[in-house]
Amino acid sequence: MPFPLLTSIIFLPLLGGLLILFTPKDRTGTIKAIATAATGLALILAAALVLKFECGNTGMQFAERLPWIPQMNINYHLGVDGISIGLVFLTALLGFFACIGSYGIKERQKEYYFLYLLLNTGMLGTFLALDLFLFYVFWEIVLVPMYFLIGIWGGPRKEYAAIKFFIYTLAGSVFMLLSILALYFTSNPHTFNMLELAKSGGTLAKGFQLILFVGFYLAFAIKVPVFPFHTWLPDAHVEAPTPISVLLAGVLLKMGGYGFFRISFPILKDAAIYFALPFAILGAINIVYGAFVAMAQTDFKKMVAYSSVSHMGFVMLGLASMTVTGFNGALMQMFNHGVITGGMFLLVGVLYDRAHTRDLNKFGGLGANMPVYAGLLTVFTLASLGLPGLSGFISEFMSLMGGFTAFRLITIISVLGIIITAGYFLYMIQRVLLGPLNKTWSDITDINRREIFTLAPLMILMIGIGVYPLLILNFQSPAVINLIQHIGGTLF
Amino acid sequence: MSVLLSVKYFFPEIILTGFAVTVLILGLFLKRRVVLGSFCLLGILAAVLLMPQSYRATSPLFSGMLINDSFSEFFKEIVFLVIGLVILVSMGYRAFSDEDAGEYYFLLLAVAVAMMIAASSNNLMMIYIALEAVSLMSYMLVGFLKKDPRSSEAGLKYFLFGALATGVMLYGISFIYGLFGTTDLVVVSQMLTTRNVNIFASMIALLLILAGLSFKCALVPFHMWVPDAYQGAPTPITAFISAGPKAIGFAILIRVFLKNFFPLFPAWSEMVSVIAIITMTAGNILAINQEDIKRMLGYSSIAQAGYILIGFVVGTALGIQGMMFYILAYILMNLGAFGCVVLISNGIKSDCIEEYSGLSKREPVLAFLLAVFLLSLAGIPPLAGFFGKFLVFAAAIESRYYVLAVAGVINSVLAIYYYVKVIKFMYLEEPRAGMPAYKEPVFSPAGVLAVKIALIIALAGVLAAGLFPGFFVGWISASLL
Repeated sequence: MPFPLLTSIIFLPLLGGLLILFTPKDRTGTIKAIATAATGLALILAAALVLKFECGNTGMQFAERLPWIPQMNINYHLGVDGISIGLVFLTALLGFFACIGSYGIKERQKEYYFLYLLLNTGMLGTFLALDLFLFYVFWEIVLVPMYFLIGIWGGPRKEYAAIKFFIYTLAGSVFMLLSILALYFTSNPHTFNMLELAKSGGTLAKGFQLILFVGFYLAFAIKVPVFPFHTWLPDAHVEAPTPISVLLAGVLLKMGGYGFFRISFPILKDAAIYFALPFAILGAINIVYGAFVAMAQTDFKKMVAYSSVSHMGFVMLGLASMTVTGFNGALMQMFNHGVITGGMFLLVGVLYDRAHTRDLNKFGGLGANMPVYAGLLTVFTLASLGLPGLSGFISEFMSLMGGFTAFRLITIISVLGIIITAGYFLYMIQRVLLGPLNKTWSDITDINRREIFTLAPLMILMIGIGVYPLLILNFQSPAVINLIQHIGGTLF
Repeated sequence: MSVLLSVKYFFPEIILTGFAVTVLILGLFLKRRVVLGSFCLLGILAAVLLMPQSYRATSPLFSGMLINDSFSEFFKEIVFLVIGLVILVSMGYRAFSDEDAGEYYFLLLAVAVAMMIAASSNNLMMIYIALEAVSLMSYMLVGFLKKDPRSSEAGLKYFLFGALATGVMLYGISFIYGLFGTTDLVVVSQMLTTRNVNIFASMIALLLILAGLSFKCALVPFHMWVPDAYQGAPTPITAFISAGPKAIGFAILIRVFLKNFFPLFPAWSEMVSVIAIITMTAGNILAINQEDIKRMLGYSSIAQAGYILIGFVVGTALGIQGMMFYILAYILMNLGAFGCVVLISNGIKSDCIEEYSGLSKREPVLAFLLAVFLLSLAGIPPLAGFFGKFLVFAAAIESRYYVLAVAGVINSVLAIYYYVKVIKFMYLEEPRAGMPAYKEPVFSPAGVLAVKIALIIALAGVLAAGLFPGFFVGWISASLL
């Protein structure tokens, strides 16, 4: 049997978490070391996975399959392909750097790192599971640690935000469970295998597909989040501690988008084609509405949270286009948004740790006192608003290009979102970094080395992909073309 | 099989009765709860060891009154599990005195025997008698804290409702006798397929029997006794009545309705599906505002019965498997939760959910265990409760009971709120000023240890049944009727 690489990536964090459970709680140094080692090893293995990945191969690689519940034909089935590899790497990357970013947490560290590592296992498992039952288990496992992480270490309204997050996402996912069951019982022989269902799902009656699609949609759309299911996001983001915000924006939202790529679209392709127009409309609403709401925010974190809503709209638009370009754009946008917004949340956290406020109107002129911070914030902001040469531009452009071939008017409206985005981001820069220095912050210190260390790799990726997008397209494009051929979309 | 020949297949029940009587007598001289409890556990162990022998019986025992099939074996194992855990939990319950430990354990073992007989009853009269025995001893156990007026009130309420319900059930059985001339279930089910029977009259009879069993399983609208009885009863007994009689009630429902009266299935399944939906919805909605954890768990157990009923309405092999798995999971997680409540109430002298504030700091292990059991009750994977729900929902989808499945999942979302509310107090809230400090109970270290053993068993079960349900599903599918 070959080395179970994927299993190791998923369960290394959990193993670390179990070790932490048996560590005395006052030995915080050991606890941090275990957590860092566990996420670090997972990152190293994920990097090895990327290096060993065969880009031209459209099938599942590193597949592992063991019977789990044979009576129901449920298997422990893992695999990685061009669609998931980027997200797996992103999760491992953010998992490691957000872990280092967690060193600032001083309360109840043992519980924190245990839950944090459990969360990592859940997220990695979600992206690697190829059995719908296993996928659902990982998907739900994510909820519980997230509830505690927001609820215990969060801001003033943490309890409300935590339970809202829990109930919202659970409400969506139980309908997904019903759709999963319906898929299982309509397949012959009964199976939860996503790959086999992708082959047989197209034969289902269209009306039935539509119902199942809606079931999955509720789960995925709430996670993305798609308007009007987005209201949990600003609450959760604002209240969550910085590293958790990073994972929320960087990884959790991607679980929804990934679900469309891996489950809804390949298995229920007739329904996907049927719902393309609503997808595009919702995408445009997300982009424009999210941007407008972001502009109105005075809370730095809330602004970034709404910018996520706006950016995830491009994923929806790219998906709706049913073109290779659009799909590539959507998938890449998920990766890029994870990197950029993850970085943005880290930067918000840096400022909040020093100023203990996130009110944009209370800052001003910080650029003079924090030059390195100012530089980093500006670069990340420019990436987020889609400046050419940085990664955000490439994926948004590709999504729009794909969208334009399918839905001209909607795409034209969506482009407006970019202008508004530029508006609120530049307005933010102006209020935080420029202008006369607010006297309250005259002795604020610049960003420290540890914080730069967490941001640097994200910036390298951001610039690297922006200059040379094939870095990521090489990995995902063959799988995307394969998927489009399978659905019957446009090979553009 | 004649009475004399049957006896040798009846050894587990006999040995348990022997232990019950012995513990009653021993209790006169030996007033040590832990010792007597351990003695009872020995009795259960002996009964477990005798089980394989008793399943060699090829034909019904005692002239057709009892039948030892794999289905009844499953439920007898469940009875052993329930009683074993309840005995362990009882050892560490503060409010019990050592004075009447003998009587208490006698009642527990006797109710175990009654439940075992109920599980293998093959005749409506036998079912009635066994259930009545279970009920009578449950009433006494609920009112066991003689000096606590709430316990007496709970016992009385439970008794009044129960007496009515069993009366109604007996009335229904008399209809069956009038229609078929016998109460033997095998004969009745043969007549159902071979002769023309009066559907309307049999439906009325079944409805009346259903009413009696609904009381045992705490289905709406026969649930009114639950909150008061659960709150007033000694906590280990609350745990018991939430698990034992409920499991046996469902076992009898399956045997009578799904096996012997299956030809009439279309006529009653619709009605029961309405009961299922109302039961889970009412249980969940009423649980939301509860401030006492025992009341909350009481309403939650009503809701859980509603989910189990989904498998019953579907009535397929998968549906029954789902019910049986769910019952097993429910017993482990519910007894686990009540075990935690016992230990916590020993420390803070209260069952009020609000006073659980900050418990995770004072008692991290206990808070963690309770959180696991509650999350399992809420149906979060990979815990046992999730797979139980998964199976009953799967059964509903398989047989196209979509409304039932949707009602089930919406209810599981509703339920999250109140389960997580307890977790919120334990983990998210700080201990409030002026609240009783958590004190390590001083009365009996051995008793506390016993509860902890029970909790470890329950935790291991919840994790094993959640992570490796395949093993349990295999066992259950070999135990189907």
